[in-house]
Amino acid sequence: MKLKLRLTWDTSILALLVTVWIAASLTTDNFLSSINVSQIFSNTSEITIMAFGVIFLIITGEIDLSVASILALGSSMLGWSYAHGAPIWLAILICIAVGTLCGFINGFLVTKVRLGSLAVTIGTLALYRGIANGILGTNTINEFPDFWTGFGFDTIGTSFIPQSLPIIILFGIGFGLLLHNTPFGRRTLAIGQSPEAARFAGINVIKHKIIVFTFTGFMSGIAGVIYTFRFSTAQADNGIGLELLVISACLLGGVSIFGGIGTMWGVIAGVLLAGSVESWLTLREINAQWRTIVTGILLLTSVAAPVLINKAKAAKARAENKS
Amino acid sequence: MAQKGDLLLQMKGVQKRFGGAIALRGTDLSIRAGEIHALLGENGAGKSTMLKILAGVHVNDGGIISLGDKTFITGSPEAAIAQGIAVIYQEPSLFLDLTLAENVFIGRQPMKGVAIDWAQAQVEAARLFAELGVPLDPKRQARGLSIADQQVVEIAKALSMNANIILMDEPTAALSASEVERLMTVMKSLKAANKAVIFVSHRLDEVFMISDYITVMRDGATVSENPVSETDLQKVIKEMVGRELTELFPKTENKIGGVALEINNLTNPAYFHNISFTVRHGEIVALAGLVGSGRSEVARAIFGIDKYTTGSVKVNGKDLAKGSPVAAMAEKIALVPEDRRQQGLFMIAGVNRNISMESFDRIKGKLFLNFKKERALTEIWREKLSIKYEAQSNPVESLSGGNQQKTVLAKWLATNPDILIVDEPTRGIDVGTKAEVHKLINAAAGEGKAVLMISSELPEVLGMADRIIVMREGHKVAELSRTEATQEKVIAAATTGSKGA
Ligand SMILES: Nc1ncnc2c1ncn2[C@@H]1O[C@H](COP(=O)(O)OP(=O)(O)OP(=O)(O)O)[C@@H](O)[C@H]1O
Ligand SMILES: [Mg+2]
Repeated sequence: MKLKLRLTWDTSILALLVTVWIAASLTTDNFLSSINVSQIFSNTSEITIMAFGVIFLIITGEIDLSVASILALGSSMLGWSYAHGAPIWLAILICIAVGTLCGFINGFLVTKVRLGSLAVTIGTLALYRGIANGILGTNTINEFPDFWTGFGFDTIGTSFIPQSLPIIILFGIGFGLLLHNTPFGRRTLAIGQSPEAARFAGINVIKHKIIVFTFTGFMSGIAGVIYTFRFSTAQADNGIGLELLVISACLLGGVSIFGGIGTMWGVIAGVLLAGSVESWLTLREINAQWRTIVTGILLLTSVAAPVLINKAKAAKARAENKS
Repeated sequence: MAQKGDLLLQMKGVQKRFGGAIALRGTDLSIRAGEIHALLGENGAGKSTMLKILAGVHVNDGGIISLGDKTFITGSPEAAIAQGIAVIYQEPSLFLDLTLAENVFIGRQPMKGVAIDWAQAQVEAARLFAELGVPLDPKRQARGLSIADQQVVEIAKALSMNANIILMDEPTAALSASEVERLMTVMKSLKAANKAVIFVSHRLDEVFMISDYITVMRDGATVSENPVSETDLQKVIKEMVGRELTELFPKTENKIGGVALEINNLTNPAYFHNISFTVRHGEIVALAGLVGSGRSEVARAIFGIDKYTTGSVKVNGKDLAKGSPVAAMAEKIALVPEDRRQQGLFMIAGVNRNISMESFDRIKGKLFLNFKKERALTEIWREKLSIKYEAQSNPVESLSGGNQQKTVLAKWLATNPDILIVDEPTRGIDVGTKAEVHKLINAAAGEGKAVLMISSELPEVLGMADRIIVMREGHKVAELSRTEATQEKVIAAATTGSKGA
């Protein structure tokens, strides 16, 4: 038997992740220290949470660029309502409910009014953040109960594991099962593979997409809660630009931008890769502009690489056949 | 210019692997000028792979291919064309907004100085069409042309590029009887011009009508190569499937029950008008007619893919909501659609994923899908329909055409429907399995299911149906019982039937 390493995107992303870890720990003093690893996990928590929704969307062949604006709007509502005397549990619920509503509006506009998801969510990206600005203006609210601001920031006992990690792992397993082991997940994949065949298969494509958009809004709302408490800050420009990180994490994780293909564990690897690179650059004290440039390069790579890999495979097959 | 009988192409010991799967394990083929050569074999025997190698789509792993005294340059579609080989695909890809002359000469327009000489192009195209025996108007747009005529345009294009070997992979699969005749006329004209035609077909009656040579393949190897005069149907079938087939349309007498499906005055002005008929439990009703007569559109409307403007669909006496496949499936209706690639299958998903797609209840545990049950379900249908694949998880796009068709059938039969609508159920399926499919459909009717079958294959319609409804240009023009139906009557109604009927 010949052992052949299959050149697939899934294996390459793992290799890339390990490479980054090795390179980072060689070039910095404390990349793999428990504090930093803990930081990576907690810094990526919002991205991960939003990616759990966005992966379903990209798989159905749609996209949502407004997730970070939803996060900000939710966060602003949370801060505003808490500052105006609402109990904290209600403020949290409001944040999540607003996120869910925003997602539903995206889904409705895309499927019922039949505007492309790119156009719609570019619009709502501006709109939702605009409303957040309208609510808080330049105000910042940073008085929240200690219990909540500690959560997600503190570690479990004396270990380096942040408290939010078990929750994220549970979510990851749950959504992984939802995508790969339930009719809902199978239908999500089917819609992305062929919307026409999906209709012939008796899938209510419109309803399904609205559900996935709404669900993405819901997850962005939860991300809004976490973000607010992690930084003890509710303000209108919370999480600006995070949508690009979320989408690049998904694409890095092997989700096809054309829909129909994607795995949950791939996306988790993608998030960790994006988070690790970010942390590496921070430790090397590279400034924010450069970090944005690196994000851009990662995004480009993740779109281009699967195509290039396929081309390489075809060329390899041709060369083998000719010999 | 080749003389009749000159050896144009010779393939010897040609091999092709796809990963672990062996598609060709050493095939031979000899083609002479002025010859129509049929390539036969079961689904997955390697016929399309042979043609794709000649078309430059695949590179062969081994063996010798020579064109006259030259070695064939493999692996490039452009090179294949330059070497005089042209492929006519089942679904032609014309530019619908361009004229036929423009389509024939696209990219190589005759020039007059710096301007394109369209007058010359039209004269040339008209001459090619006349040569092929189908006088199409070179000035008309390609849009609205029947598939058969689109194929003619593609063939004219091939001739204009000096092709002398023309490959056709199941060219008649999507054609109705009269269109098949037209294509045969064209094939004969090609033969008269000393071209060679290699074609694949599962419609064996056609094969014996038109071909000069028959090559039979089995499991990626050539079994026999004979002039048509030295072989016969029984022999060919035996070589293909490895056993004798006695009955092609094993019709059983089923007990016919109450009305399951009732269609009343169904109208969608774009496609069909005032269509009414019923299908009873245990009955097989065929919708016959030319391709484009509105049969598939009626089926789609019943299943809820399209809406209709007036009329009603009743299932067991109850109105069925229009425009909702979900509602149709809740009433246990299944539709095996016409176009397996676009409508029937998720091409990049595995065979198992496709087969289980409509049967989640069957493979579900308490919360999650049970992969073991999914594997078992797939295995059951692999066996029932002899579907050929390397691994269950292989994407259906890697299956041969006939095996893809079997997968669509399996996907819907697995739902155990009460009302089964099948649109061209055996398109591209080999003779052996065709009999199995017919048995399955009969068995379904035997269990009291109502079957509505659309088919362009008249022997299938006549052999299977209890009742035949003939459509023409969107109207129902005849309804014939099994005893009164004959080939002539169905063809007559389909081509000249009065729309008042
Ligand atoms: N791209 C591919 N990748 C993997 N396997 C393939 C691919 N193309 C063909 N095969 C395999 O090669 C074998 C021969 O396929 P081919 O399409 O040539 O059959 P065929 O004789 O044309 O059958 P049919 O009558 O069903 O069209 C099949 O087992 C098929 O699964
Ligand atoms: Mg084939």
